[in-house]
Amino acid sequence: MALKRLLLKIEKREVLGKMSGMQNMKNIAKSIMVSSLLLGFMVFPTLAAGVAERPEARDWSFGGVFGRYDRGELQRGFQVYIEVCSSCHSLKHVYYRNLGDDGGPGFSEAEVKAIAAKFEVTDGPNNSGEMFTRSALPRDPFVSPFANDAEARSINGGSLPPDLSVITKARSIERGFPGWFVDLFTGYQEQGTDYTYALLSGYADKPKDFHLQDGMYYNKYFVGQQIAMPAPLSDDQVEYADGTSATVNQMAHDVTAFLMWTAEPKLEERKRLGFKVIVFLIVFSTLLFLTKKKIWSRVEH
Amino acid sequence: MSGTSTYVPGSGIGRWFDERLPIVRLVHDNFGSHPTPRNLNYWWTFGGILTFCLVAQIVTGIVLAMHYTGHADLAFDSVEHIMRDVNYGWLIRYAHAVGASMFFFAVYIHIFRGLYYGSYKAPREVLWILGVIIYILMMATAFMGYVLPWGQMSFWGATVITNLFSAIPLVGPAVTEWLWGGFAIDNPTLNRFFSLHYLLPFMIFGVVILHIWALHVPGSNNPVGLNVKDKQDTLPFAPYYVVKDSFALVVFLIFFAWFVFYNPNILGHADNYIPANPLSTPAHIVPEWYLLPFYAILRAIPDKLGGVLVMFASLGILVVLPWLDTSRIKSATFRPLYRQFFWIFVANCLLLGYLGSQPPEGGFLIIARICTAYYFLHFLIILPVLGLVETPKPLPESITKAVLAKSDGAKASAIEDRET
Repeated sequence: MALKRLLLKIEKREVLGKMSGMQNMKNIAKSIMVSSLLLGFMVFPTLAAGVAERPEARDWSFGGVFGRYDRGELQRGFQVYIEVCSSCHSLKHVYYRNLGDDGGPGFSEAEVKAIAAKFEVTDGPNNSGEMFTRSALPRDPFVSPFANDAEARSINGGSLPPDLSVITKARSIERGFPGWFVDLFTGYQEQGTDYTYALLSGYADKPKDFHLQDGMYYNKYFVGQQIAMPAPLSDDQVEYADGTSATVNQMAHDVTAFLMWTAEPKLEERKRLGFKVIVFLIVFSTLLFLTKKKIWSRVEH
Repeated sequence: MSGTSTYVPGSGIGRWFDERLPIVRLVHDNFGSHPTPRNLNYWWTFGGILTFCLVAQIVTGIVLAMHYTGHADLAFDSVEHIMRDVNYGWLIRYAHAVGASMFFFAVYIHIFRGLYYGSYKAPREVLWILGVIIYILMMATAFMGYVLPWGQMSFWGATVITNLFSAIPLVGPAVTEWLWGGFAIDNPTLNRFFSLHYLLPFMIFGVVILHIWALHVPGSNNPVGLNVKDKQDTLPFAPYYVVKDSFALVVFLIFFAWFVFYNPNILGHADNYIPANPLSTPAHIVPEWYLLPFYAILRAIPDKLGGVLVMFASLGILVVLPWLDTSRIKSATFRPLYRQFFWIFVANCLLLGYLGSQPPEGGFLIIARICTAYYFLHFLIILPVLGLVETPKPLPESITKAVLAKSDGAKASAIEDRET
């Protein structure tokens, strides 16, 4: 009953509002809506902000509507992966043949064959029923460093180095509001690469009061700031054939770009096709709009 | 399906066929000559858009099923195989995954349009209830589809949702094991979800046919909410609404394509690119965005069974909505108070969605409880009482009068503009 009286009061105000040309109710409703949304979207993310440092957005050649991979970057990144990461991390979903695919690092057929031939794979059984080893061919997937997860764990102090095939899509950054909403329309989807780059270049000496567990390393971008992977990169760890100076940041950038390609090998094709599709749809919708206008001009509406 | 058929077969063969199977007549009467209120605005184009979404999901889904492997050890890898080795597999998979989000985006606009214009009221109660059934089937289908890639969110989402059934008194644990096909979520669960994920869209399709049937008996509601009085109030569906719906659909496709081609993963969760691991729980288990409001309601209730019941009640209440709203006026345009409360309700739902994505603790939990209470308050108290106390604005005499008043007004102001 109390509520009904309240509503009646509101109703009266609406009538009064109408009479005086004011729209009290509308304003009240609007202010309730706006303030509740503001409360929800803006205050809480800051309260809930995590402890790990937020990586900053980097400029990637493959970002944006016209994004393309940089061949040099991918080839250098491939080198870093092979010489550094591949001693612990597999790349199970990538085949040697992919290295020569369109929109990839752009190795020639001969180069791909030569790269594959450096690795050995177990094949078989042969006609006498036995397994044998042979050198890898372009049709083989990247050779994994460990026979299975159990072996990987036992060699790495109980931790399992994750497969890196889709790692840049499997990691992200909490963007909060309005970040996530803005990202919907800016096409920013390099959260995973920004994170991977930050992690690889984010090793530092631990703060004095920070308690680090045995066998763990301090990294300000990792959840809990301790990670089982020791800093993988140090200056001049690899020697780039194109003469690029192999700083930690350069290698982290290159290998991250390479891992974006392994996660999204069809990115260039996707963005190119998308442009054509959207241009087509815009033209088509314009024509449909004019048709609609013409047809509807026959009737009052 | 209402009124008499206007179909005249154009040839002898057409006449012969029409006497044996009048399917051309059916299409002509329902999508050609069907009398449609002349004042439908663009919010009414989402029915057609949703039909497109359903067909697109079925077509892309059938192709995906040709390349997908429904086995716990192989599912994740087979999805990567689709992304890498199948011709245009990346396009088909992204169109399907983004398509699910687009489907829900469109259905939410469609539902809120129904709420705003009172489309659930007599004589369209059955139409509305069929819509609620479609919506519930959609949620079940989407949930099971999200499980199929067998990533971390697939696995843990399935864990959370199937565990809801364990809250049922006495038979809960038995029902849950029956759903799993074992004592934990494993390969049998994945297999049956794949099977059901393939089945449910065809059930949705069936209910959509009933939904359209139930629509074409009383005809469409419209922005002024008046019933069609004479032929003047309507236009034939073709060409007027065919072209209007087509235009809206193509604009919608631009939005759709933006996500497929330029932001295909933003509507999903990064954790689903990590293969399912029963031994490692993600920090936050969150469903896809379109289920978040219900997830917030589920977690707002401190009791497990209570949470499950309240969550299902939040859907069930939609079924009885036609009898909770006591106002005889349909369109919110003529209901000054309802219009305010409608927008507060929309804001409340958005806020619930946001809260569903946040951990259920501290301030989030308190606000989620308030929002949950308000959700039910809206249906159980505000709507029944509003109908009794609200003074509606004067209604136009007919749809045609409303249309003419509007276009006369536009003409008058255009003349004024020219004169000044």
